[in-house]
Amino acid sequence: MKPAAIANGYMAILATISPNLMAMGNDDPLMAKVIIERLEAGIDNRDIPQWLEVTGWAGYDLNKLWLKSSIERTDSETESGDIELLYGRAIAPYWDFQLGWKRDFQPTPTRDWLAIGFQGLAPYFFEVDSTLYLGSSNRSALEIEVEYELMLTQRWVLSPRTEILLNGQNDNRTATGSGLSSLEAGLRLRYEIRREFAPYLGIHWERAYGNTADLRQEEGEKTSEVHIVVGIRAWF
Amino acid sequence: MLDRRTFVTGILSGYGLLAAGSASAGTLSGTSLSPSSDFSLTLAPIPVNFTGRPAFATAINGTVPGPTLSWQEGEDVTLRVTNHLIETSSIHWHGIILPTTMDGVPGLSFPGIPPGETFEYRFTVNQSGTYWYHSHSGYQEQTGLYGAIVVNPREGDPDGADRDHVILLSDWTDENPAAIYTRLKKMSHYYNFNERTAPDLYRQIRSEGPLATWQDRAMWNDMRMSDSDLADVTGYTYTYLMNGVSPASGWTGLCKAGERVKLRFINGSAMSIFDVRIPGLRMTVVAADGQDVEPVTVDEFRIGTAETYDVIVTPESDSAYTLFAQSLDRSGFARGTLTTSPELVAALPAMDPVPILGHEDMGMAHSAGGHAHEPVISAQQRHPHAHHHSALAPAGTAGLGSAAGIVHAATEYGPHVDMRTENPVSGIDDPGVGLREHGQRLGREVLRYSQLINRHPTADPRQPGREIQLHLTGNMNRYMWSFNGVKFADAEPLELQYGERVRIHLVNDTMMAHPIHLHGLWSELETGEPSRIPRKHTVLVQPGKTVSYLVSADALGRWAYHCHLQYHMLGMMREARVS
Repeated sequence: MKPAAIANGYMAILATISPNLMAMGNDDPLMAKVIIERLEAGIDNRDIPQWLEVTGWAGYDLNKLWLKSSIERTDSETESGDIELLYGRAIAPYWDFQLGWKRDFQPTPTRDWLAIGFQGLAPYFFEVDSTLYLGSSNRSALEIEVEYELMLTQRWVLSPRTEILLNGQNDNRTATGSGLSSLEAGLRLRYEIRREFAPYLGIHWERAYGNTADLRQEEGEKTSEVHIVVGIRAWF
Repeated sequence: MLDRRTFVTGILSGYGLLAAGSASAGTLSGTSLSPSSDFSLTLAPIPVNFTGRPAFATAINGTVPGPTLSWQEGEDVTLRVTNHLIETSSIHWHGIILPTTMDGVPGLSFPGIPPGETFEYRFTVNQSGTYWYHSHSGYQEQTGLYGAIVVNPREGDPDGADRDHVILLSDWTDENPAAIYTRLKKMSHYYNFNERTAPDLYRQIRSEGPLATWQDRAMWNDMRMSDSDLADVTGYTYTYLMNGVSPASGWTGLCKAGERVKLRFINGSAMSIFDVRIPGLRMTVVAADGQDVEPVTVDEFRIGTAETYDVIVTPESDSAYTLFAQSLDRSGFARGTLTTSPELVAALPAMDPVPILGHEDMGMAHSAGGHAHEPVISAQQRHPHAHHHSALAPAGTAGLGSAAGIVHAATEYGPHVDMRTENPVSGIDDPGVGLREHGQRLGREVLRYSQLINRHPTADPRQPGREIQLHLTGNMNRYMWSFNGVKFADAEPLELQYGERVRIHLVNDTMMAHPIHLHGLWSELETGEPSRIPRKHTVLVQPGKTVSYLVSADALGRWAYHCHLQYHMLGMMREARVS
């Protein structure tokens, strides 16, 4: 093949994958991003607990459709898992309002919730994701996740993260109690090989409180655990 | 006529063959079409290698940059542009005053040039100086569709130069530009590897103490902005080119000792602002954006995207000099050598430290952290160097700049705009972040806009009949750009009345410098000398600062008006309609 023909073929591929090549261009094309926030495993335990937390969006500058899911597995069993589908709308330079539906598919029975949230960047660069959940039988919950990124160098990032879960009432069947239910904290040191891909080493701690702790104890579950974790953070 | 045309076409197809045959060698550079009034330009993809990896560029007559077009002032020129790309294209003659239908902006001037077709541009060249041309379609400028224009004055070179070199600066990436835009939308600091780090913080605390450090950083932390946010796209992906040659190879230009050498600097990059100097040589700036200015001798100048500066240098002995153009964020540089002999080698200077933005660059020069609303700043405050005019002229006199209060439009409030300056001052006397201390610390005199004075009297001495205040706005984090908070897709045209003299007062409500380009009409920069207002086509507006210029709406039609940064202009654009 002649170089010109190869070049034109290449340009044709470029054109199909870039919707912006029209005259004047579109400043706000449809885009999608998938973020694997945490894909990690505890390496200090024979059960090898595993966590997956994924966020994705598709949409435009100010309006997006969000999909969020987090799954925890221990000893090849899914201990907890949820999925959320939200419509997000920018309401401030750094904040999106989100409204949608969440399903806890583990532990059973499944619970469905109406989700109302605010996600964004708070002053001092704290990444905040806070959601109020309203379920049937007057169930309610509030989940707040805060994360920070401390740049040690241009590629080494130390990232503390905390997550707090509060419940409005007891739900014995899913072993959740009213009040402060659980607290999670983590510290992860990652190396960004590329912006999109960073392996990390970290520590993950979680603890159940109040009625939740009592309910878990009754079921013979641990109420507190700490793990050394390895994982990857990636987006595309 | 026909003979000459055939001759030029012959040369061009020769280049085409050469380019196709030298795929691994990369590109030809420094090509120039012989002075003519009739040109054929062919746009087609070519294989190139600027980085050590093969890639494809969009080229003009088989070269990146395209050939330098040499025109004669007063001549009618004809340019037949044939598009062999697989998408619609266009060529815009940047800085050339011409009829709107010849301006080459798809959607405003004409429909564009579809693949396989030829568009014939034909206009009279009524000016002289250094300009450039580039595609105005999609991201084709980023991928190689640009070149220099030199218009020879009717009366010979006014600067008495013995020799002439075009120095065309640009930024090359092997990446697909659309992918760059997507990355910026998903992570706006994707290309910034100059972020402040924890060790920086520690050092600052050690030297300034915790309280001062906290105060210094409070605003940035509060605003969720980075004081190292100098360039959206950086040397992480860019290879900076001088006349199409990478720094690894280095462009070379010859001269003789004692000659007056004119260097025609053109910033033909997509996203880069350069700080230019030639260690060992002082530069006398004689033209800005192609227009003669009173000579001013400096050691360094900042050249915004799409601006041009002509400088005269005089190498006194047989030696070699490095032409050094470091990007504003110091992530890379373009370089070349001006030498009396190809055997001589010039030392390569180190890049300067990475500039750190300060409160001044956020429009808080006089009231750090304050919340003044609608500050009224007098013309004298804005132009401390122009005191001798103040007694004669009331605030707001043509040439002295706007004295109007800053008013943020209602459309500037919302999730699409992340900051509004609280107390911006004029940037006309500011060399810009990173250069302000060069005079004191390094003994380098740096060009300021306030030093630009037209060598010819102001052509239109009228006072402006009205004033338009336009704010440069955006949301860095969401990577959205606009004027007055309204992006191009949602904006009404800016209406100008034919024949009117109007002032445009730009207020930069962002923390980045934006090179603002008005097509078809001169932007007469108010630098403080009403009788000698310099004419520009592109005006670099400093972050958090203001600038004002006068426009004589003497050309009917639909003109593009936009930030010349490739990834900003999709939103930060207006149609300026003269009717």
